[in-house]
Amino acid sequence: MPIYSKTIIEHFKKPRNAGKIKNASGIGEAGNILCGDVMKIYLKIEKNKKGEEIIKDIKFETLGCIVAIANTSLLTTMVKGKTIKEALKIKKEDLIKELGQPLPPFKIHCSVLALDALKEAIYDYYQRKKIKIPEDLEKEHQRIVKTKEEIEKKYKEFRDLEREVLE
Amino acid sequence: MPKKIKRIYLDYAATTPVDPRVLNAMEPYFSEKFGNTMSLHSFGQEAKTALEESREIVADLMGAKPREVIFTSSATESNNLALKGVAFANRKKGNHIIISSIEHSCIMESTKWLEGQGFEITRLKVDKYGLVDPEDVKKAIKKETILVSIIHASNEIGTIEPIEEIGKICKERGVYFHTDAAQTFGKTPINVNKMNIDLMTVSAHKMYGPKGVGALFVREGVKIEPILHGGGHEMGLRSSTVNVAGIIGFAEACKIAKKEMEKEAKRLTKLRDKLIKGVLEKIPGSHLNGHPTKRLPNNANFWFEGVEGESIVIQLDLLGIAASTGSACSSEKLEPSHVLLAIGLRPEQAHGSLRLSLGRWTKERDINYVLKVLPKVIERLRKFSPIK
Repeated sequence: MPIYSKTIIEHFKKPRNAGKIKNASGIGEAGNILCGDVMKIYLKIEKNKKGEEIIKDIKFETLGCIVAIANTSLLTTMVKGKTIKEALKIKKEDLIKELGQPLPPFKIHCSVLALDALKEAIYDYYQRKKIKIPEDLEKEHQRIVKTKEEIEKKYKEFRDLEREVLE
Repeated sequence: MPKKIKRIYLDYAATTPVDPRVLNAMEPYFSEKFGNTMSLHSFGQEAKTALEESREIVADLMGAKPREVIFTSSATESNNLALKGVAFANRKKGNHIIISSIEHSCIMESTKWLEGQGFEITRLKVDKYGLVDPEDVKKAIKKETILVSIIHASNEIGTIEPIEEIGKICKERGVYFHTDAAQTFGKTPINVNKMNIDLMTVSAHKMYGPKGVGALFVREGVKIEPILHGGGHEMGLRSSTVNVAGIIGFAEACKIAKKEMEKEAKRLTKLRDKLIKGVLEKIPGSHLNGHPTKRLPNNANFWFEGVEGESIVIQLDLLGIAASTGSACSSEKLEPSHVLLAIGLRPEQAHGSLRLSLGRWTKERDINYVLKVLPKVIERLRKFSPIK
């Protein structure tokens, strides 16, 4: 498979941290089935001795192409054991670099989606704990929600067209 | 040492290997009999004779006259020539063209371009199997209609269209009928007269010939303009120095098809049906795309609930099986195949599609291997899918 790096193939063949967490501290979802990619991230958050919030455990579920699966799998290995603050610092460029090979332009959104799912999971945790949400995260959350709405709208238009065609 | 994996090619609809007999026939035409068909000397005449003999063989498999066969570089070129050539030559008569909504992208894009040039395009809907209703063709023809172009069999879902009936309607209404037969020529019997075809696109590399060679059947008397102007090759319809070696290969592929087609179609149909039955039985949440019986002998196309097609293709490739998908993840547009949407699949369903296309070297043990491996692949991918 010359088009995908060893790392991508490895994560695809043996996804790390695949599955769910029961009684998760936060759950985040990104992507849309309409586009063929849906990623879900489950977090277990605990505080360390210094009182920092640590990602004690993380699991993912992904419906999508090989790059989507590899991205989510890789991301879970990068943030497990890290503080939330450290986890939020990861950028799509970091993921792409770790994947080991330039991605085709239309695959970059797979890395974005994996990070979005993580951000949404942290957002969910903050909301559950009624912790004040940092401004940057709030902005990201708004963007993710807006993207979802746009896709839903496109999807609805398609459904309307479908109805029109069938009737 | 890792176990050496088998490599099974099940993407014959994308392209086929050149048959060794074809390669053998082509070989002298590269360095030995290399002449230009337009040259007057013996080198040229040798090439010219080979070209015209090949034309007879290709025409024979179509039931056409040799002078009705125009060699091109590909099915895409043939389709472009048919649509644009007929459109511009018949502008005075009208500007309306009818196609189906499941044509190959070269027809979809050519007609889109023609729309920009002032032509009106009707894209006929298909039913859930991908079938065009000949009645719809009849209803869509109007006084301005100059051409109807309907694919003979879908390259994606394999559905074979009722082109004989559609051709008959066109004949009665005095409208040219073109069909893209890239997937059927050499696999199912075709007779341009019996099937009322005025123009027909065919391709060599889909039938064990070389890439870079196609042809367009143009019935005598059809008004058509060339796209490529130049030295006047191919009855003035397609200037370019002739690809003699490629055409020799195409003709050899036609000879083999004529001899073996009928038996091969029966063999492949049996394997195809075994594959379809096995997949639908063994994999829960699996569905067949296309018509159960009116389909190409070598095409099987499915969609699976809760999985994405590209990950299926890559997983299969890692296990030695080459297949294809209509999922958007594999395209830059991130939109799934227009054919799958046209048969009523929702985008998320189209994303889970898989095409397996069989061919001359497909054995029953290959199908058995797929039936052993594919259920496991789908089960594995579903395991970590958030959509159940």
